[in-house]
Amino acid sequence: MSDASKIPVTVLTGYLGAGKTTLLNRILSEDHGKKYAVIVNEFGEIGIDNDLIVGADEEVFEMNNGCICCTVRGDLVRIISGLMRRKGKFDAIIVETTGLADPAPVAQTFFVDEDVQKNARLDAVVTVADAKWLSDRLKDAPEAKNQIAFADVIVLNKTDLVTKPELAEVEARIRAINPYARLHRTERCQIAISDVLERGAFDLDRILEIEPEFLNAGDDHDHHHDHDHGHDHHHHHDHGLKHYHDEEMQSLSLRSDKPLDPSKFMPWLQNLVQIEGGKILRSKGILAFQDDDDRYVFQGVHMMLEGDHQRKWKPDEVRQSRVVFIGRELPEDAIREGFERCIVS
Amino acid sequence: MSSFDQGGEAASIVSVTDKVKPVSLGMAVTAVHYLGDRAAFVGTEETIAVVDSEGEISKVDVTGGGILSAVSDGSRILIGGDDGKVTALDKAGTVSVLATDPKRRWIDNVAVHPDGAIAWSVGKTAFVRAPKGEEKSLEVPSTAGGLAFAPKGLRLAIAHYNGATLWFPNMAGEPEFLGWAGSHHAVTFSPDNKFLVTAMHEPALHGWRLADSRHMRMTGYPSRVKSMSWGSGGRFLATSGADVVILWPFVGKDGPMGKEPAMLAPMKAKVTAVACHPKQDILACGYEDGTVLMVRMQDGAEILVRRNETPPIAALGWNAAGTWLAFSDESGEAGLLRL
Repeated sequence: MSDASKIPVTVLTGYLGAGKTTLLNRILSEDHGKKYAVIVNEFGEIGIDNDLIVGADEEVFEMNNGCICCTVRGDLVRIISGLMRRKGKFDAIIVETTGLADPAPVAQTFFVDEDVQKNARLDAVVTVADAKWLSDRLKDAPEAKNQIAFADVIVLNKTDLVTKPELAEVEARIRAINPYARLHRTERCQIAISDVLERGAFDLDRILEIEPEFLNAGDDHDHHHDHDHGHDHHHHHDHGLKHYHDEEMQSLSLRSDKPLDPSKFMPWLQNLVQIEGGKILRSKGILAFQDDDDRYVFQGVHMMLEGDHQRKWKPDEVRQSRVVFIGRELPEDAIREGFERCIVS
Repeated sequence: MSSFDQGGEAASIVSVTDKVKPVSLGMAVTAVHYLGDRAAFVGTEETIAVVDSEGEISKVDVTGGGILSAVSDGSRILIGGDDGKVTALDKAGTVSVLATDPKRRWIDNVAVHPDGAIAWSVGKTAFVRAPKGEEKSLEVPSTAGGLAFAPKGLRLAIAHYNGATLWFPNMAGEPEFLGWAGSHHAVTFSPDNKFLVTAMHEPALHGWRLADSRHMRMTGYPSRVKSMSWGSGGRFLATSGADVVILWPFVGKDGPMGKEPAMLAPMKAKVTAVACHPKQDILACGYEDGTVLMVRMQDGAEILVRRNETPPIAALGWNAAGTWLAFSDESGEAGLLRL
């Protein structure tokens, strides 16, 4: 899905009232010289006149391929093929999902549908979250948790409506589920378009490193919140003091400095997603195989995986394998043991 | 196996490439139909290019947006647009808007009946308008993937998720539902009105014998079937989707059940479009490498109409008399062949 000629598609999710429509209106009204086709679930909410706004039906169906969690959005297949009639009239597609939608069928559509794959590539899943209410929704709405777990970019909106401790609390809850997404704090979805669109999150060539986002000492945190430092000398830069463990949804990170045996790792990974694919929402990995000078990268959604040799390991690069799973009720011990067995001893 | 796809001059195949009148349409093409004795190439958006036997092109703007579907009864072409309009272009070149969706939703599918009735669909709703002008609508369980009128009577088949619905708009009573799990796109009745066949989202066809709704699974395709054409008076259904033309036999009362399809014109590229000759046992087929062939159904003998190494063939069609074959690749490099 890395072909540059393919139309990038951004999936915009978020629980009801979080600010999806605000963000969408911002993207469409800002002067960026680009034209977006937008697939919305409710006509009329978009206040912008755009003849490339299409209503979707969120029709999910199961593929007849024996893979039970392989659901796709049939309406997207149809709409993207229709939009391709007007190729050249727009630069990118944004798919807005309803607040209750599971992002997986949308993402899987880009893995399994031959026509969609030919014309479009999934760029990123962007989740808008409400700083005031997200903590509550994570407790009572499984959809909200799914959307956070699935995200490549999280726009934590309405930060002006919460106190600083409340903000730290909600961020810690987000990080407990998904430490890898890019997190941006916003008020009224004020965010640079480039932080949301053209992220290349599903592009194998752009899987460069896999580090929990909170370790990347807050580039956006610091410059967006300089005013904090003046009057709060006890401000904690790492934002990571509070550590939650989400009972249901979590991420699992594996690493090895010794090379992996591809003849063991690949069957293990494929078998794992076959059996546990219903629980694994997203997976990603950078792998150093034995007797292989190329980095191997992969990423997946539920049972669907794609991977390829990416490039040569650089001479000064540590040949470390890193694999990340985000999912619910992951059998952590079994996964760790399985991974260990793939390491060349 | 043909050997001309290697790019060199092949001696083993009869060629009529020098008899083809090439036409450069200058627009992306999705379909070709006929308006009387002229070929009408339907663009991906806005325009239909009408071409006479001399290769003279006249372009007609039929919509301001994308063209999502197009059908013809020989005297007019109906298109469904992303501007929410059903628009017709007739032989005289007149453009008329036949229906407008009040919410400007996409017209996903259109169909036309030989007696003049028309049908279109918007999302889950199918509409039928008889020549007398009365409009009726039916909501199906999910978005309509395809529409087709039965050859006899005013009966509309609507393909959707998990099956197809058969609707007699002029009769009271519940529409008939034919179930089969999966997403069904294009739909077609056999010319003898005995079978209904859908092209599915997965690479397969599904069929039902209408007398008893018996299932017919037609599988084995490497990719999705996008082009279907009934040939030889309805004795065969020719399809795209493989690197050969697949011909399903519909001769007996069981249709293709328990029979092997014939496989004609193998190439190193997938078939993208098929069109059976309206009178003779000949079909034309186009490939994703731009090749166009004519094939005799009986023995698979091939005639080369157009060489390869261009964009995929997007449109292919015979006129009603079977005296003209028109085709175009996706980029609008088209051709006319007089037989």
